[in-house]
Order: sequence, then C-alpha cells, then structure tokens
Amino acid sequence: MTTATFRIWRGEHNAGAFADFDANVVDGMVVLDVVHQIQAEQAGDLACRWNCKAGKCGSCSAEINGKPRLMCMTRLSDLDLARPVTIEPMRAFPHIRDLVTDVSWNYGVKQRITPFTPRAPDAPDGTWRMQQRDVDRVQEFRKCIECFLCQDVCHVLRDHQRHDTFIGPRFLVYAAALEMHPLDTADRIEELREADGIGYCNITKCCTTVCPEGITITDNAIIPLKERVVDRYYDPLAALVRLVRGSPRAE
Amino acid sequence: MAEVETFTHDVLVIGAGGAGLRAAIEAAARGARVGMVTKSLLGKAHTVMAEGGVAAALANVDDRDNWRVHFADTMRGGQYLNNWRMAELHAREAPDRVRELEAWGAVFDRTADGRILQRNFGGHRYPRLAHVGDRTGLEMIRTLQDHAIHRGIDVHMEVTIVTLLTDGRRVTGAFAYDRERGRFKLFEARAVVLATGGVGRAFSVTSNSWEYTGDGLALAYRAGAALQDMEFVQFHPTGMVWPPSVKGLLVTEGVRGEGGVLRNSEGRRFMFDDIPENYRSQTADNPDEGWRYVQGDKSARRPPELLTRDHVARCIMREVRAGRGSPHGGVYLDIAWIKEKIPNAADHIKKKLPSMYHQFKQLADIDITKEAMEIGPTTHYMMGGIRVDGDTQMTTVDGLFAAGECAAGLHGANRLGGNSLSDLLVFGKRAGEHAAAFAAQHQPARIDPAAVEAASGTALAPFGRSGGEQPYQVQHELQGMMQQLVGIVRREDDLRDALDRLGALRERSEAVSVPGNREYNPGWHTALDLPNLLTVSEAIARAALERRESRGGHFRDDYPEKDPAAAGYNILVSRGADGTMQLTRQPVPPVPVELQQIIEEQKS
Repeated sequence: MTTATFRIWRGEHNAGAFADFDANVVDGMVVLDVVHQIQAEQAGDLACRWNCKAGKCGSCSAEINGKPRLMCMTRLSDLDLARPVTIEPMRAFPHIRDLVTDVSWNYGVKQRITPFTPRAPDAPDGTWRMQQRDVDRVQEFRKCIECFLCQDVCHVLRDHQRHDTFIGPRFLVYAAALEMHPLDTADRIEELREADGIGYCNITKCCTTVCPEGITITDNAIIPLKERVVDRYYDPLAALVRLVRGSPRAE
Repeated sequence: MAEVETFTHDVLVIGAGGAGLRAAIEAAARGARVGMVTKSLLGKAHTVMAEGGVAAALANVDDRDNWRVHFADTMRGGQYLNNWRMAELHAREAPDRVRELEAWGAVFDRTADGRILQRNFGGHRYPRLAHVGDRTGLEMIRTLQDHAIHRGIDVHMEVTIVTLLTDGRRVTGAFAYDRERGRFKLFEARAVVLATGGVGRAFSVTSNSWEYTGDGLALAYRAGAALQDMEFVQFHPTGMVWPPSVKGLLVTEGVRGEGGVLRNSEGRRFMFDDIPENYRSQTADNPDEGWRYVQGDKSARRPPELLTRDHVARCIMREVRAGRGSPHGGVYLDIAWIKEKIPNAADHIKKKLPSMYHQFKQLADIDITKEAMEIGPTTHYMMGGIRVDGDTQMTTVDGLFAAGECAAGLHGANRLGGNSLSDLLVFGKRAGEHAAAFAAQHQPARIDPAAVEAASGTALAPFGRSGGEQPYQVQHELQGMMQQLVGIVRREDDLRDALDRLGALRERSEAVSVPGNREYNPGWHTALDLPNLLTVSEAIARAALERRESRGGHFRDDYPEKDPAAAGYNILVSRGADGTMQLTRQPVPPVPVELQQIIEEQKS
C-alpha cells in the first residue's frame, strides 16, 4: 500500500478550485475507486457520475492529468503517483458541481438528426437480409457508449464553443452509423453540411485518440461523410452532369 | 407546503432501462402522454451491461427451435415455480419483439444467409440468443433510446422517486427529487409503470451498478403491493475476482457459449463431475461432444458448462470450498484453449468476445486469447420482485404496473441467461400497453398534500441531523452482512442473525447525517437509498428463512435437498396493518393441460 495525492476539482458552476486529498492506494485500483474512497471517508458530498464501472456506460468521463478519460478504465498503475494526480470535470460542457457537467446539449443534438428510416422488408415475413461484412462497418460506430469524451476534446466545441452550429464527433459517428446502415433510406447529406456543420471539422483526430472504445472516428466516420458532402456539393464534374441532367440536387 | 414543481402525465414510467423504455414507447404509441423518470442519464441503465444476447426462438440457426421449446426450457430452468402464463407469453412474443428492434435500427450479428445470428447459452436447448458480439445490451438500450426520443416522451433525467402516492387503493402519482438541483418534483399520473431493475447493491460482490438498490420493490411494497419469490437471488457463476476493485464485474456466459471451459487449480474440468438428473439426457458426457456442440453439430449434446447458472455457481463454490480454487478465491475460465481446435483462435475470440478481451486486458492485464480468466460467483439478478398479473403486468395495487427485473414471475427459481433481455421487451411492451389502457379508462385521482408534505420532510431529514455517521458506512456494512449471511449458501442461524442485524442497521440508517447542500449530493442520495435496500434485504432474508429447502438460486446448507412439498408454492411478502412484514405461501396455479404436455414432451 502506498499513499498518493489526488488533486480534485471542487466547486459549483465554474466557481471552483482544486482540493488535495491523500489516499491509500493498493494494487489494481482505478481512478474511480479512489474517488469513491475519498467520497466515503473524506468528502461525503463529492459529486461524480458513474454507473457500470466496466467501461460500458460512459458515465464517469473526466479529465485525468489533463487527458479526457473514463475514471473506471484508468488504472493507477499507469499513472505517475509520485506527483499529484489531477482529476477535473470535462471542460467543454457547463459545469454543475465537482466532477459533474451538464451534458444535456448532446441529447438535444441527437433528437435533431433525421432518424433511422428502413427500406421495405426483404422477406414476406417482414424481415431483412444483411451480410455480416456489410454490418461490420456500422457495428464499429454502434460500439459508442456516449461518454462524450470526443465532444470534450474537440477544439470546435471546447475552444470555439460552436455548440450551436456543430454537432461534434459523437454525432458525426451517429450520423455515419445511420448513413451507412444497410437498411436506411434517409438522406442526411444536406443536414450534415448545413445544420450539423461537418465543415468545421479539420481532422485533427483528437477525438479518435481519446475514444475509449477505439472507434476510428475520423478515418472511418467523419472523412467518408465529408466525401459524401463534397461529392454532392463541390465536385465540378458531378455538378456539370447534374446541370445537364437537371438533377434537383444541383445548387 | 414544500416548494414542489408539478408534472402531469397519463402514464409515468419509473426507470429508463430496457423495460422502462419499451413501456414508454408502447404507452406513447397508444396515445398516452408519457413521462419517464431515470435516476441517471438516459442510456446508462444497467441494460448496457447485458452482454450475451436476447433469447428468442427465431430458429435461424437451428430449425428445431420454436416457442414451445423455449417455454419448456424456461419452466425447467425456473424449477416450475414460474408464472406459467408469463413463461408462455414470453416464449411466444420474444421473436416479434426482437424483429421489431431490427426495424428500429438494431444491428445484430448475421448468419451466412443474412438473418439474425443466434448463439448458445446455459439452459437453452438450441442456440437461441440473438446478439451483437458481447455488447447486446448496449445495442438494445441504444436502439430503444434512439427510437423513444422521437416519440414525444417527456424524459426526466437524474430524478429519483422518493415515494409513490396512492389514495389507499389506486396509485395517484409519485414524489421525487432531482439530483442536479436537489429540488422536489410531483408527478400526477393515472397509471405508473415500475421498471427499476434489481437489488444487487444489497450485496458486496455484485455485477450491479449503484442504482440497483431495489427502489421499485420498496416503493411498491410501501404502497401496498405484494412481493414474490424474494429468496431467489441469482448469483452469476462468472464474475471477475481480481483485481479487488473489479471484484464482481460480469464475465459473460457467452464465453462458455463460445467454447470456454471451467477448470480448478488442479487443471481438472470439474463440470463433468456433477450433471443433474433432469439434464443428463441433454448434456454431453465427454469434452469432444461438448466441443462439437458449440461448433454447431446438431447430433451433439451441450457441454456441462452450459448447465443452468444456479448449478454452475454451486459447482464453482464446491471447488473453492474443497481447496481447489484459484489464488484469488475463484476458479479458471479458459477460452484460450480453443487454439488447439481452430486456426486463428485469437482473432476469433476478439471478434466474438470483444468486450471481454478489452475488459481483461485493460483492468486485469490478462490476454484472454492466451491465458485463462479467474472468475467466481457474483450477485447478478433478482428473480423475485413485485407480484404482477401475467397478462397485464398490473400489481396488486390498481394502476400500478411493473416490468423487467423488478417484476417477479417469469423466471421462477432461476433465470436462464438471455431471458432477461427478452423479458424486458415482452413485458415492457405489455406493461406500457395496459398502463395506457388503464389511464384511458380512469380519471386522475386527487393527490393528498399531506402525503407530499410528509415525504419531503422525510427526504430532508438527513440534513437536519448532525453528528450521525455517513450513509456510506451503513451501506457498506449492510452489503458485507448480506454477502456473508444471506449470500450463496444460507443457514437458519445466519438468517436469524441477519434479521437482528438488519434491525440495528435500520436504526443507524435513521440517524445518518449528510454534509453539504442539496445540489448533486451523492451522500444525500445514498441516505435516501438506504431504506429501500433495508426493506428489500429484510424481504430476502425472511423469504430465505421461510423456504426450508434448496431450489434454484436459493441454497440452504441446512436443507441441501429439494423438498417436493415446497415445489408447489411461491412465498409472498406484504406489509401488514401494523407495518411489519407478513409472509404467506401462495400455491402455484396449475399449468394448463396443453402446456403441461409441452413440458413433458421436451423432457426427453
């Protein structure tokens, strides 16, 4: 057993400061264990979110030593305990209390995206046929646990506060899962360009780096969506073809 | 009167896991104005932790499967203490509920001809679990969540119900507080659906999250509803046992469904040592046959690792108690061995069990494609719960419905893996449907302001006390006590001891004090959870004392055999006029002849 110092952000609605807590740590502990221990023994009202403690629900997102991570999946043995470990709330969302932020904006964003719209069933019994190789692609995106760490690290949201014009990596992944769903028939390309602000993403790949599910957010979701937008709106050859054919999609 | 914000809904759904979401969707589809309350953020409920799959006799992988086999498997797994009507409806309706999810956007793994793939699981005769790798629960809750948000349902996130309100006979609404601000909310509703899940947090070794404090059971009990089968707590055979911080975390039964085997410290595959008589004809008697079964050979019988959870958990306990356990008090679960059988085994394991690979790699630094996992039993599921009508899911209180894990009946004495995800779809839908119908047929009932005033006073009491102990301490001791005295192996003197200690813990819980203010205060929340945990723990201990036999999830060291006389009753727990817990033995209704025939046919 060793003693380590944990520097935790405490306070309400952005008025806060770091407070140091010394805690005994044992082999195998994760950051969330320490937070619980401090809660039980030193600060009974220390606010944090958590549910599954297994990296499956995405509730315990925080910034640990400055990096967006899940507290339940960050082992103390991977941190330098000779120095204080800082634990802060996500900084891209309004602060509520201690480690808890107001992530409700994300729920509103999802509601705006055109929902899943399946084609008619393939078989008379009302079911569909899909091949595993075709569903593999969207299954990667559907692994998302909605921890919002990608939203937290995205500079468009974090530094430029474009919450009103940009939906962020989580919802570009969500849109990609719908657009690439083998059964879906809806068209979200216009909303991706306009309301969703896909053009704001300049592919720094920070979101991919912090994703605890290892989803290749930028390469597999965002870039293919950008290509679809470009193909429709900015490809001069395609525009010419549309002009000649009189496609309603031409601008 | 306390400052309270009031909301009016036709149907109030409490809980936003799979059952709550499905109930809310259905009630909204039938024209009800629906409110849904969740203790956490939307999409975080424990349904995300369900890994292996959803049981439904789609017969996509084995065309011998159908609802009759599923019904018989469920009844046998539950030792025939199931509500037969629920078992019948569940088996008949689960396939439609699964197909409906696909129509709402769920993406299940596929068969070679493009249909929904199904896998093997304990107690299921044929491969029956529709799945998405080992993250089926996430796929289901996300699909339901994404479907629900376009249905005009009012979602109240991070809101906790403190008490249900009734007019003595019928439910009239619920009183709650919101976690973020600590403010009170009053919900007026014509019908209420409880979908609050289980009570795993009453034990120290559990796969359940902080929310699993038995709220729905305690709310219903205090409102006058009967609880049933409370002695039947499921201890999942395979939880992580190391490192200590993850002790209890689930290791999916899908590992065994994909060919994983159990071994003791001597390397012996001990599950062949004890195969129950009523499963003998369907169970392999050698490793080769078991392997052929999991590879889809229809002439082979199931390996003994795929026996029911209660049996596997007891076999593991036997090995540990006999001194043949692993260093951290469990046994070994080995999927890496399949490299002897198939090429590219490591890639195969990562594809079939990605979350398990990730979980062990990240939390225990174990590569499951190379090494065996150390596992042991963990508190996982509550077979018992609120007594409901099999068709409508209405409790013994008018207008109060229950669905999913908080309702009793479907699973009897032991639940088969995969039957919980189908349970919440089938009975979530039914609860929503019948709650909407009830709401349409009844006018709103008057809410008693005195009851609201009393509830707010009780809720705020911990702030008014000083010098009391922290609620975490009481909760921690309760969990340790329940684990030790009311856990996997039970004895009369232990259970009586537990009841004494519960009395003392109740007194302490009434004296806890909490620091800080009302805003997002986990200490306050824990203080409010305690009465629910204590009520449910008492019901479990009393029912366990009453059932003097061993059956399903309930094992009595002093009565290790099944008592044929006890095969015919459920134990009901309800609140007596004097406020004390009353237990009654309720005869199990006879199974209709045609269903009895199905059970007999499937016994061979």
